[in-house]
Amino acid sequence: MKMKLLHGIAAAALALGAGTAMADEDAELVINGDLEIVTKTDAPAHLEGAVGEIMSGWRFRDSTTQVMQMDDFDNPGMIFVDDARDMWATAEGSEGKSCMDCHGEPEDMAGVKPVYPKWNEAAGEVRTLQMQMNDCRENRMGAETWKYDAGDAVAMEALLASVSRGMPVNVATDGPGQSTWEQGKELYYTRTGQLDLSCASCHELNYGNMIRADHLSQGQVNGFPTYRLKNTKLNGIHSRFKGCVRDTRAETFSAGSPEFVALEMYVASRGNGLSVEGPSVRN
Amino acid sequence: MASGVKPRVKSPKSASAGEVVTLKTLISHPMESGQRKDSDGNTIPRSIINRFTCELNGNMVVDVTLEPAISTNPYFEFEARVDEAGEFKFTWYDDDGDVYEEAKAIEIA
Repeated sequence: MKMKLLHGIAAAALALGAGTAMADEDAELVINGDLEIVTKTDAPAHLEGAVGEIMSGWRFRDSTTQVMQMDDFDNPGMIFVDDARDMWATAEGSEGKSCMDCHGEPEDMAGVKPVYPKWNEAAGEVRTLQMQMNDCRENRMGAETWKYDAGDAVAMEALLASVSRGMPVNVATDGPGQSTWEQGKELYYTRTGQLDLSCASCHELNYGNMIRADHLSQGQVNGFPTYRLKNTKLNGIHSRFKGCVRDTRAETFSAGSPEFVALEMYVASRGNGLSVEGPSVRN
Repeated sequence: MASGVKPRVKSPKSASAGEVVTLKTLISHPMESGQRKDSDGNTIPRSIINRFTCELNGNMVVDVTLEPAISTNPYFEFEARVDEAGEFKFTWYDDDGDVYEEAKAIEIA
């Protein structure tokens, strides 16, 4: 197996040149031998002129990292999904209700993750999945809300992502949420920090290139929450945004802030057409 | 006792006689090394899985001694030759005396 992998890396290096020697960009992602994941497809219409083809971050990773996501047993993110499955069935709060009492099995929630963040009519705002979960906890369960992107919240998000794996991301760019989407787009293209970088500087204009030792991806969020080998836990989208903004040497927004909600909505819509992959494995 | 401990095993349901099969095991466990201190400066006591064994029909396949430097959620992947149908027995021994067990049957196809 190891020989085969090394051989694959060598072949990729020959075919694509030294700059991309680390990633096997021609590999296809199939999970557990039967769940086919779209990791490369035509860009959605709103990206016309900017990006022609959208690619999951999975394609930019080392082949040994890629393999970890192809089997749920080897995917350390699934440990957190297991924990969340237990939480799903556990009653909490003053109402004595669990997620299961209203929503049934986690599998019944398939199709929820691909459309978030989305407009909530009653609240009159765009909500991420974590915001919606906290609304449930506060108002339906009478339980304490979870801290944004903290362990429990991100594990639950991973459970809801896992049951939607293989379904195409489909975040609305029009309708009542459009102004939030526009705000996210504005943030995406705004240069920040002492290094004067926007999201687009790396993830639109330079994906596939190296930034020092890192292989730049398109910054797609279809694979979130993401198990990162560098910190051995699940990472939420907003935490990842924070890391990126910090790296431009700017003051960051906080996880769960309206700015990051808008940015998440816009960035998620850039991946419309890719499959939901979470929990994915990255370095 | 350590909380959230859950053993997991992935093994084939059947094999041909004499075939070498791959087994994967993982146990979710914090593997607290005993070297760390909490925010008040007190040592967090060691709490690890210190031994892992796998037997096939009473014959030892692997017997592993685990040390404190081994990371959270220890994962083992190893091979075993299957000559006859039977049962794999997996056992994890915790520092606190708990023993976690898992069994998987295998048939000859």
